[in-house]
Amino acid sequence: MAFLTDRKRAEGMGATGTGTDHFWSMTKSSVALLILVPVFIFTVGPVIGSDYAAVVAYFSNPFPAFITALTLVVSLMHFNGGVQTLIEDYVHGLNRKILIIVMTCVSYGLAAMAVFALIRLTLQ
Amino acid sequence: MVQLTLPKNSRITKGKVWPKPEGAKNLRTFKIYRWNPDDGKNPSVDTYFVDMDTCGPMILDALIKIKNEIDPTLTFRRSCREGICGSCAMNIDGINTLACIYGMDEVKGDVKIYPLPHMPVVKDLIPDLTHFYAQHASIMPWLETKTNRPAKEWKQSIEDRKKLDGLYECVMCASCSTSCPSYWWNGDRYLGPAALLHAYRWLIDSRDEATGERLDDLEDPFKLYRCHTIMNCAKTCPKGLNPAKAIASIKKMMVERHV
Repeated sequence: MAFLTDRKRAEGMGATGTGTDHFWSMTKSSVALLILVPVFIFTVGPVIGSDYAAVVAYFSNPFPAFITALTLVVSLMHFNGGVQTLIEDYVHGLNRKILIIVMTCVSYGLAAMAVFALIRLTLQ
Repeated sequence: MVQLTLPKNSRITKGKVWPKPEGAKNLRTFKIYRWNPDDGKNPSVDTYFVDMDTCGPMILDALIKIKNEIDPTLTFRRSCREGICGSCAMNIDGINTLACIYGMDEVKGDVKIYPLPHMPVVKDLIPDLTHFYAQHASIMPWLETKTNRPAKEWKQSIEDRKKLDGLYECVMCASCSTSCPSYWWNGDRYLGPAALLHAYRWLIDSRDEATGERLDDLEDPFKLYRCHTIMNCAKTCPKGLNPAKAIASIKKMMVERHV
């Protein structure tokens, strides 16, 4: 029980002074993905179903390798921001903070794994 | 985690079926949420039958008729009866709206009436709007100036005055905020569509000199950025306003200030 005024409850701890950075970075990555995803599909699409040697040869070219790397990294950074928003929406308390940390690790981990796999593929 | 089911003491039970008025031929069925904080029981939905031949055309007319002629304990807010005061906001047939300007003919079948969703209930159809009003007060809904007061009035051009159209008409009925899932889950911190619409009304007022401070107060992941533009607010607003557009405009101002 706490005798707080209604205004005190509404004000809470005040504004954090952040939020626009996240919003603007999500807007930027959305625009980037709007361009990258179709380019990725048209670039990588032709080698889907090819044998391993053909795929390795295709990814030894810098353009498909760069497009794939960019698409994967930007997608996972966008995923990270989106999941953070989702968690902030639906999860409260300590679980919110833990889940945001876990999902950040998952996103960065997946991005690192994707880049490592791509480097191995392109340098074969 | 957000609570997706009602707590045990909020689960709705079957209520009383009130007798049909004698001699009435044109009856309409009303199923109305009832909860009394004093009897310790769960909420229920009572069924009333209203003679449409002796009732006005609006939902509020029927509610007043029920209170006057059938059940004087039915509790609801009302005042102006013409969509100006915002008192009679409630959930009618699944839509948050004002009972005084919502026609009976807009509802097919039985008329189901509940209080505004996801708010604490004071009694029957009356939600507790204390926090909602405090959030409105927190956005400083008044003209803030630093320049010395002019001899006559703060002047505003016709073009600048036009920018306030679609904003100043808000009657603070809370239909929009209580239709917003973000407000349901994070209403303690998210200001909600109504307060943000009012915030934008003062942000774009050419006479106001606290634009920076107002934006500073909104620069927060929860106060402002819980809006994901799902547009429930614009869809439900009984005055036809578009709070989602106002919120998007605030975000645009924030980005302009940043980049």
